[in-house]
Amino acid sequence: MNLYGIEVASRLWLGTARYPSPAILSDAVRASGTDIVTVSLRRESGTQRGGQNFWSIIRGLGVRVLPNTAGCHSVKEAVTTAQMARDIFQTSWIKLEVIGEVDTLQPDVFGLVEAANVLCADGFEVFPYTTDDLVVAERLLEAGCRVLMPWGAPIGTGMGLNNIFGLRALRAHFPEVPLIVDAGIGRPSHAAAAMELGYDGVLLNTAVAMAGDPVLMAGAFAKAIEAGRAAFLAQPMESRDIATPSTPLLGKAWLE
Amino acid sequence: MRVTVIGAGVTGLVAALELAARGARVDIVERGTQLGAQACGWFAGGMLAPWCEQESAEPHVGRLGQMALDWWPRHFSETVCNGTLVVAPTRDRAELDHFGRRTERFERIGAERIAELEPDLSGRFRQALFFPDEAHLDPRRAVAAIAARLGDMGVTIHFGVDATTVPVAADQVLDCRGFAARDTLDDLRGVRGEMLLVRTRDITLSRPVRLLHPRMPLYVIPRADGLFMIGATMIESDHGGPVTARSAMELLNGAYALHPAFGEAEIVEMGVGIRPAFADNLPRLVRRGHTWHVNGLYRHGFLLAPAMAHQAAQAIFGTSSGEYSCRSS
Repeated sequence: MNLYGIEVASRLWLGTARYPSPAILSDAVRASGTDIVTVSLRRESGTQRGGQNFWSIIRGLGVRVLPNTAGCHSVKEAVTTAQMARDIFQTSWIKLEVIGEVDTLQPDVFGLVEAANVLCADGFEVFPYTTDDLVVAERLLEAGCRVLMPWGAPIGTGMGLNNIFGLRALRAHFPEVPLIVDAGIGRPSHAAAAMELGYDGVLLNTAVAMAGDPVLMAGAFAKAIEAGRAAFLAQPMESRDIATPSTPLLGKAWLE
Repeated sequence: MRVTVIGAGVTGLVAALELAARGARVDIVERGTQLGAQACGWFAGGMLAPWCEQESAEPHVGRLGQMALDWWPRHFSETVCNGTLVVAPTRDRAELDHFGRRTERFERIGAERIAELEPDLSGRFRQALFFPDEAHLDPRRAVAAIAARLGDMGVTIHFGVDATTVPVAADQVLDCRGFAARDTLDDLRGVRGEMLLVRTRDITLSRPVRLLHPRMPLYVIPRADGLFMIGATMIESDHGGPVTARSAMELLNGAYALHPAFGEAEIVEMGVGIRPAFADNLPRLVRRGHTWHVNGLYRHGFLLAPAMAHQAAQAIFGTSSGEYSCRSS
């Protein structure tokens, strides 16, 4: 898929938070085969200089870094964090999160659109973390976003795809826009389901980082996403409510 | 044999004691002007919790850490062996299940047993995990006790001496500088930890209590004189500046959720330590030139210092087998 002029092969993207250690994070990234990881600036830094060691580990993974504005609750905070990220990681990519509600960590879609307008005008290439709302998606595209990242379920819940109808509608309305399910994925089957809907990729973090064996789970997700993508391309059969025998009945021998 | 230990943090002090006990003539040099002034262990929780730590640490940490449960009570009489209590609000019961799946040597207990163990938490939690074999200590009193013991054994701590500028004359050098050793160990990183000390007489706890929450797990550790230590954040940063308002709020919120009495507690201190860690978050004994390094004890300084000191003493005295032979990375 093409993201802001960059050809990206991997359809599984990983967040880098909450792993037992940076070494396990590195192994999980390798096992997943991903070539994009997200990194949060706001909580991991303390100051602009203080997080250098962790960031150099992230850079050492040899994959593309998509910095994010996780934990930002206002447009101003998100914009400032994005500018800091651009300096530190030397990239105009930014995964934009503007959180609107503390319990659900639900995007503040109004702030999101406003921040997307500011950042796109400033030359950023914005990956907005949004809900499955179609009208908000339109506004984000109008603001200049060329990728959309709707949620499957609230961050860290592992509930999977809460609104299949909404996700399907987004896919149908924006056949040409890269769509990445971001947040809420708990199991590889959820990721496969998203890919079967025709989504272009899946971003997840907790489901791998907090698994008993993060490296094994990273590999499991890679396989599920590959399977889901292949299933989408292979055009799955439609479901129906009347049984159809897979073996023809006509001409069957009578053995009585 | 003359050995110079660099750094009078918990790792250096415990190592010095193990070396002196084996007959070495030990000196300690410390850049700080007094005990704890520049040691991240000064802000530690002091939990000796090898089984609880399994929730997020490698099994190796648990194996090494079990030695601490034997070592500390023998060397520091105020070590409290009352176990650890792990609780979660009802809505976060999944976190308790998750914790239980990762750990061992605990009892799953209900409201009645919680009330027996910690009467002041009576009625506040329906389920908990109780780790009866774990212990805790007050880090500041513990390092003071070890330092005093070293004094009795004729070991001098030379405060205010920077070993990187003053030449060290000894047969062997053991570097226990923690994050400061990054000048030599370039794969060492710092992980910032923030903690609070509060005082209240309205609640009494007998053991460390861990409160699980999906976004903000924390622990509250009782100390003498109505003091409680609330910790600790884990931020991938080696910035040593003051505690942020956000971290303080999160820690206080957690303590308040554990018991509303903490809402009325006095804040006595806010502290920041930079934990030294390697990429795998495991401790290492390594040799660079003529110097041995023990480092990367991460957030497990008091838990791992006895095992790592033992390894270091074995290496320095050139013996390879022993009661606590451990894998060295």
